Amino acid sequence: MPRTLRNTKIIMLRELTGYFGSPVAYVFIVIFLMLIGFFTFSVSHFYEAGQADMRSHFEWYPWLFLFLIPSVAMRLWADEKRVGTIELIMTLPISLTEVILGKFLAAWIFIAIAQLFTFPLVLSTMYLGDPDYGMIFCAYVGSFLMGGAYLSVGSMTSAITRSQVVSFILAVVACLFLVLSGWPPVTEALVGWAPNWLINLVSSFSFMTHYQSIQRGVLDLRDIFYYLSFIFFMLYTNGVILLIRRS
Amino acid sequence: MIEIKNLTKYFGLKQAVNDISFEVKKGEVLGFLGPNAAGKSTTMRMITGFIPPTSGTAIIGGSDITKSPINALEKIGYLPENAPVYPEMTVRSFLEFCAEIRGFSGATKIKKIDETIEKCFLKDVTYQPASTLSKGFKQRVCFAQSILHDPEYLVLDEPTDGLDPNQKHEVRTMIREMGINKAIILSTHILEEVDAVCTRAIIIANGHIVANDTPDQLRARSGLHGAVRLVLLNANVETAQNHINTIPGTKEIEIIENKNDRLTLRIYPESVTVPLANKVLNCATENGFQIETIHTEQGRLDEVFRMITEIGEARSRLDRIVTPKSSS
Repeated sequence: MPRTLRNTKIIMLRELTGYFGSPVAYVFIVIFLMLIGFFTFSVSHFYEAGQADMRSHFEWYPWLFLFLIPSVAMRLWADEKRVGTIELIMTLPISLTEVILGKFLAAWIFIAIAQLFTFPLVLSTMYLGDPDYGMIFCAYVGSFLMGGAYLSVGSMTSAITRSQVVSFILAVVACLFLVLSGWPPVTEALVGWAPNWLINLVSSFSFMTHYQSIQRGVLDLRDIFYYLSFIFFMLYTNGVILLIRRS
Repeated sequence: MIEIKNLTKYFGLKQAVNDISFEVKKGEVLGFLGPNAAGKSTTMRMITGFIPPTSGTAIIGGSDITKSPINALEKIGYLPENAPVYPEMTVRSFLEFCAEIRGFSGATKIKKIDETIEKCFLKDVTYQPASTLSKGFKQRVCFAQSILHDPEYLVLDEPTDGLDPNQKHEVRTMIREMGINKAIILSTHILEEVDAVCTRAIIIANGHIVANDTPDQLRARSGLHGAVRLVLLNANVETAQNHINTIPGTKEIEIIENKNDRLTLRIYPESVTVPLANKVLNCATENGFQIETIHTEQGRLDEVFRMITEIGEARSRLDRIVTPKSSS
């Protein structure tokens, strides 16, 4: 196995066992499921809508992720700095890329595990009607990719500070902007003084625009590329911040 | 060999380490001494690549830490200050993680871990999460991590910090044994440690090297070095002083204590090359003094340390006055 892959895997497994070795993982999964259940059933009326699709479930992801993912991401680097283990990990014979990727992938897999626990909803939909499986699959892929994007922002903000609270707040604000940047009130604030290309650029950066098309069942390569390049850019920034902040 | 070449570090405008150069060969245990905030940890962090130097570099077994850090780090075992350990991991899983990163797998991995656990006396806490361990155990777990892969070079930042006297003794014995075929740098502010394990000591103050010598040579810089300490029973102070003053080569007599019929004197020689003890002994027996103890002082490291670091501080204050522009 190539060295980079091996090291990334070792870091990732260490992180994942770290999640499940502390109460954080269980608290997160339970709260995530309770909230998503509450919104799906009590607010969006999953049963009463009488439709065999899961739109009432997936439409809540951008908002839930907005708070829940920064709470997972905030410890990624801030905690290493607080405990001092960052000095240990940065002086092991591994590259920074391997550490960043390993930590990120572990958190991403963890969120995917939490998402997998929503499977009873798929079963219910299957039992009650004849859903479009392609659409459900797309929505899962889309929300997973969007989760990764949220996570990369949180990982980056976590590298800035040793305080988890500061990291959390920064990540929520940054993600809120990215969710809302396609929203009319935000774009309208730009109309009149900003050039058109800037307005288009800002709104095309929105998580929402890209999520909605995937959620509708359209798995466009451009949307996938958007999320992956966004994650790459954020993790790259994450690395730059770590290099600058270590001295 | 570890070669430190002109290492310099600024934090903003503040100079933490100023143009430090030295070498550590295999078979040497180098003690890195200095008052708090002298730049010890900063230097060690630069040697291990945790913080980048402003200028200069460290070459570890031929690999430049700033140019090929991974090659250099493979040869190093590093114990950072305060011995950080992942709190949620058990001792064993932590060591497993470190062993895997160091490239061990399968039976060799298990063997390495078992050996290290044995060596570092961690058997009783193998399956305990690090967060439940006391300071001394955490220190040993992190120390275990640094020697696990049997590295050629060891960089230890305060390795005995937080250990009880027995544990300190064990760790020092271990360092001394490993020093036979490794190059070791260890920082400390405990001077007895230098005596116990180091073959050489570097003292830094305010980012400058102010001394680089063997412990014995350093001690020889003490004003006490070569002085004779003499305890007489039932002696009269003045007669004793008068007789001793007649010994050729005596510079000064200091009366340390005079009570309960016991007179303690310290006799300073004019030059350390002339042994004084024999002459004092002859003089005392000729004049019928009752000697309780007599010995020649080696000098005290703490005294030398204080003397040297205070000079170092004064010098760097002077530097700042003389060259205020160039340092900013």
